[in-house]
Amino acid sequence: MAINKDTVKYTANLARIELSDEELDHFTGQLDRILAYVDKLSTLNVADLKPTSHVLKMKNVYREDAVKHSLPASEVIQNAPLCENNLFKVPKIIDIEA
Amino acid sequence: MMELNTLTAHNLIELLKKGDISPLDICNNIINRIEKTEKSLAALAHFDKEKALERCGNLRKTAEKGGLWGIPIFIKDNICVKDELTTCSSKILKGFKPPYNATVIDKLTSLDAILMGKTNMDEFAFGSSTETSCYGPTRNPWDLERIPGGSSGGSAAAVAGDEAIFALGSDTGGSIRQPAGVCGVVGLKPTYGRVSRYGLIAFASSLDQIGPITKDVEDAAILLKAISGHDEMDSTSADMPVPDYLSGMKKSIKGLKIGVPKEYFIDGLDKEVKDSIKAAIEKLEKLGAVCEDMSLPHTEYAVSVYYLVATAEASSNLARFDGVQYGLRADNIKSMMDMYKKTRKEGFGDEAKRRIILGTFALSSGYYDAYYSKALKVRTLIRTDFDKAFQKFDAIVTPTSPTAAFKIGEKISDPLTMYLSDIFTISANLAGIPGISIPCGFTKNNLPIGLQILGKPFDEETILKVAYNYEQNTDWHKRKPKL
Amino acid sequence: MSYEIVIGLEVHLQLNTKSKVFCGCSTDFGSAPNTQTCPVCLGFPGSLPVLNRQALELGARVAIALSCQIAKEIRFDRKNYFYPDLPKDYQISQFDQPLAQHGILNIVTGESEKKIRIRRVHLEEDTGKLFHQKDHSLIDFNRSGMPLLEIVSEPDMNSPEEAYLYLTALKSILEYIDVSDCNMEEGSLRCDANISIRKKGDSVLGTKTEIKNMNSFKGVKAALEYESKRQMDSLEGGKRIVQETRLYNAEKCVTEPMRSKEEAHDYRYFPEPDLVPFDFEESLLERIHKDIPELPEPKKNRFIKDYLLSNYDAAVIVSDKNTANYFEKCVGLYDNPKAVANWLMGDISAYIKENNVLIKDLNLKPEHLADMLKMIDSGVITGKIAKTLLIEVIKTGIDPRKLVKEKGLEQISDVSLLEATTSQVISENPKSAEDFKNGKENALMFLVGKVMQKTKGRADPSKVNGMLREKLKGAE
Repeated sequence: MAINKDTVKYTANLARIELSDEELDHFTGQLDRILAYVDKLSTLNVADLKPTSHVLKMKNVYREDAVKHSLPASEVIQNAPLCENNLFKVPKIIDIEA
Repeated sequence: MMELNTLTAHNLIELLKKGDISPLDICNNIINRIEKTEKSLAALAHFDKEKALERCGNLRKTAEKGGLWGIPIFIKDNICVKDELTTCSSKILKGFKPPYNATVIDKLTSLDAILMGKTNMDEFAFGSSTETSCYGPTRNPWDLERIPGGSSGGSAAAVAGDEAIFALGSDTGGSIRQPAGVCGVVGLKPTYGRVSRYGLIAFASSLDQIGPITKDVEDAAILLKAISGHDEMDSTSADMPVPDYLSGMKKSIKGLKIGVPKEYFIDGLDKEVKDSIKAAIEKLEKLGAVCEDMSLPHTEYAVSVYYLVATAEASSNLARFDGVQYGLRADNIKSMMDMYKKTRKEGFGDEAKRRIILGTFALSSGYYDAYYSKALKVRTLIRTDFDKAFQKFDAIVTPTSPTAAFKIGEKISDPLTMYLSDIFTISANLAGIPGISIPCGFTKNNLPIGLQILGKPFDEETILKVAYNYEQNTDWHKRKPKL
Repeated sequence: MSYEIVIGLEVHLQLNTKSKVFCGCSTDFGSAPNTQTCPVCLGFPGSLPVLNRQALELGARVAIALSCQIAKEIRFDRKNYFYPDLPKDYQISQFDQPLAQHGILNIVTGESEKKIRIRRVHLEEDTGKLFHQKDHSLIDFNRSGMPLLEIVSEPDMNSPEEAYLYLTALKSILEYIDVSDCNMEEGSLRCDANISIRKKGDSVLGTKTEIKNMNSFKGVKAALEYESKRQMDSLEGGKRIVQETRLYNAEKCVTEPMRSKEEAHDYRYFPEPDLVPFDFEESLLERIHKDIPELPEPKKNRFIKDYLLSNYDAAVIVSDKNTANYFEKCVGLYDNPKAVANWLMGDISAYIKENNVLIKDLNLKPEHLADMLKMIDSGVITGKIAKTLLIEVIKTGIDPRKLVKEKGLEQISDVSLLEATTSQVISENPKSAEDFKNGKENALMFLVGKVMQKTKGRADPSKVNGMLREKLKGAE
C-alpha cells in the first residue's frame, strides 16, 4: 500500500482541507492507485542526476529598487469576504505574538 | 450578412481593412451564434452581451489601429481580466474580480482586440475533459455527448463551434493541445517562458503557458505573436526577440528532418488515430520532409513525473485559496482553522482536492526524496531525451491523444485513466518545449483526430511551418461540426 | 550540579531598500492600512515575484561584514504553512542554498573576546501584520513583502549576557554598514532565541525551547535569564524539558507556553519555481567588500593603538559609527584623544541621551569641540564654563569663540580682581572662614563656591582655592 487512510487524513489536514469519512475512503483508494502507478519511477537510478526545477537556463533576473504605484485600498479589499476600515477581517487567532 | 463568426481572424482583418464590415457586425454575429448554440455547448463561463457590445463600441476610431483591431477574443477563465469575473471555474473563487490585468490581456487590448468573455475550463485546469468545472461540463461541438477535452475545453469548443473567432487557453500537461485535438481546431503551447505568466492563475508554475486556440495555423501565428515577449513582471519570462511567425511559417519544409518516436505508438493508441497519423506522416514526406523513426526512451515515465511535480506545485499555488482575502469563505465558522478547512472543503471540487492532497504528500517530510525530488531528476532524463533528439531532428510528430473524444462521464470516476489520456502531451511541458496540435483526420464517427508537432525551445517557427504546410495541403481545417 | 547554558539566536532584519523584496511597493513605515500593497505582495492569484536587486546586495553586504561565505548559487524556496498574515500561505524564503553561511561575530565579554559562529544568512519576505481584537483579528498587508534578512547563529552563547552582547555587537555592525534601521521597538530588528541546558562537560545538547515575543535587547536578556533558571529548576527537580515555543511576557518578566497546542510544522520546502537561481560575479562581491566601511572591531583596535584609548573607552566610542567619526574628526583638530573621549562619553553623551537626539544632528560640531578644548587649555575659559558653553552651542548653533565673547565668559585672569573677590567672600562669610581655620576642609569648598558664584563661574576654581587657603592660613 502506497498510502493509507491515516496518511491521507494527516495530509489533508496539512493542506487544510476537511474530508468527510466517505471522501477519506474514496480518495484513499484513488490516491493509492495513482501512487502505485507513479511507483514506476522507483525502477530508475537517478542518484547522479541533477533535478530540473527550472527548464530555462536563466539566472539573475532582477528588478531595480524603485518604488512603483501600489493599488488603492479600495481595490485591495474589493473581493474581501469580510473587512473593516480597509483591513481584512478574520476569526480570532489564539496565541498572540506582538 | 455572411456568417462572420465562422471566419478566421486573418479573414476578418482583411475584411475590416477593406471596410466591407465593421467590428459591430462581427460582434453581432458572435452574439447571435452564442444565443443559438451556447445552451448546447456550455463553452462560456462568463459572457455578458451588453459588456461585449460596450467594449466593441469603445474601440478607438483613430487612423492608427492595433493589429487586432475589432477582432473579438475569448479568454480562458484562469486568466485575469481586470474587474471581470475570473474564477478558474471553481466555487472557491466565486465572485472574484481581480483588480489587475494579466500581461497578455494588456497586450491584446493594446492591439485593440475586443475581450468578449471567459471560457469554461476544468476547475483550476485540473483535467482533460472540462468535466470538473463548477459550472458543469462543456460539450464537444462534433458530438454533444462527448467531452471537448480539457482543461481549455471551453475555448476549444467555442472556437470549433464558431462561437469564437479565436481564444486563449493555458497548457500545463496538454490543456491547449488535447482539447484542440479532440475539437478539430489548432492549439499551440509555446516554449516555457515565451509568453508571460503574469496574471495566469497558476496551476504548476514550472509547466504553465498561455497559448492560442484557433481555427487555422495562420491565426495561431498571429495570436502567438500578439501575446509573446519578455515581461518584467515575470521572472521566468525569456528575454528573447519575437520572430515574425507569419512569414516564417509559409516557407517550405523540404529537407526538414522530422522524428517519429516509437514510444508514442503503443497498445493504447486507437487504430483510427494511428492510421490518421501515419497518413499525415506520409503527407509530410510528400511535402519534402524527411520522416524517420526515433526514440524518446523515457516517455513512459512522463505521466508519473507530471503527477508528482505538477501536483506538488499546485498544492502550494492553491494554498492561497483560504477565505481570507477573496473568493468563498464558508459560513458558520468558529475559528481560523475552521475557516480554512471548511472553505477549502466547500470551495474545491474532488479533483482539486485529490491533486492538492497528492501534491502535499509528495512534498511532505519523509516522502520528499522518494517522490518530488525523484520526479525532478527523472524530469532531467525526459528533457535530455528531447535535447538529444533535437540534435538530429528539426521537429517531432506524434498523435495528440491516444483516442478521439470520449463520452462525458466515461473516465471521470477513474482519475488514473483520465491522467493517461495526457500521455502524449505531458512530456513537452516537462521539457519546456513548444508543441502544436492540428486536425489530421476524423474517425468514422466523425470525431476529429489531432496531429501534434513538437519543436526545439523557442523554435515555434518550425512547428508552425510544418503545421501550415500540412494544413494548406489538406482540407481537415475547413470542416465544421453541425450544431 | 553544574550546568551550562546553550543559546542560539535568530535575528530578522528589515533591510532599508526603497521598495519591497519582490514588488515595487514602497517600504515606508506608518501608512494607512493596505495602501502599500499590490497583487504581488498581496499574493493575488496570478501574481509573480521579481527579486529586488538591492535587497540581495544588502544581504551580501551583511554576509561579507560577518565574514560569511557567499553561496556559489543562490536559490529561493517556498516555505509552506497556513497563517492569515501570510497571503499566499507560503513564504518565499531560502532553505538549502541560502545567500551565505559560516561567518563569525566577535563579542567582548569583560576583558576577553569570544567568537560566535554565524550559521547562515538568508533573504526572505516579511508577512502582513495582525491586529487582535476581542473576537476577531484584522490584517494589514503593508508589511507583507518587506525584505527580511535572517541571521542565524550557532548555539555558541553560554549566558544571557553573551546573548545581549551578541545583539549589541551585531546591531553595531549593521548600523555601520547602513542596511537597516535596526530598531527592535519599531520592528525592523526582531529576535527569537533558542535555549537549552546541559551538564557541564556534556557534548550532547539538552532539549531546547524557543523563546519569542521579546521587544528589546534587555528583554532578550531578561527572558533568557528567566528561562535558563526555569529549565535548571526543572532539571534539578527531576523533570524533563518539553520542546516547545514560549512567549516572553515583558510585564511579568516570565516566559509562558503558547496557549494552543502546537503542531510540528512540516514546511514542505521546495525550490521556488517562479524565481530563477542567482549568483554573484566576483567583481561585484569585491566592490561590495570594498564599500564596507571600517567595522567597529577593527576601528576599536585602531583607536586603542593610535589614540591610546582604553579598551572600554574605545569600545564605547566605536559602538556608534557617527560617534566614532565625530571623535576622529575632533582629534584631527585637537590632539588630545583622552580629553575628547572624556567629553564625548561624559557631557555630550548625557545631553544626547536626555534630549533623545542623534550626534550627527548636534549643532556642536567636532571643530566646535576642538575649539572649546583649545580654549580651556589656553585658559580662555574654565572647565566649568565649558560645560555650560557646550549646551549653549548645541542650543544656538553659534560658534563657541563667538559665544564666549558675546556672553563675556572669559576666565578672569586679572589677579587683583580675584584677590579682591576672595577677600570679599572671606569677610562676608566669617563663620566658614573660621571653620576652615579650625580644620574643616568642606568650609573651603563652600567659600570656593561663593567666589565662583560672584564671578559667574569665570574664575579658575583651583586658583581660587589656592588664594583662599593662603589668605586664611596666612591670617594665622
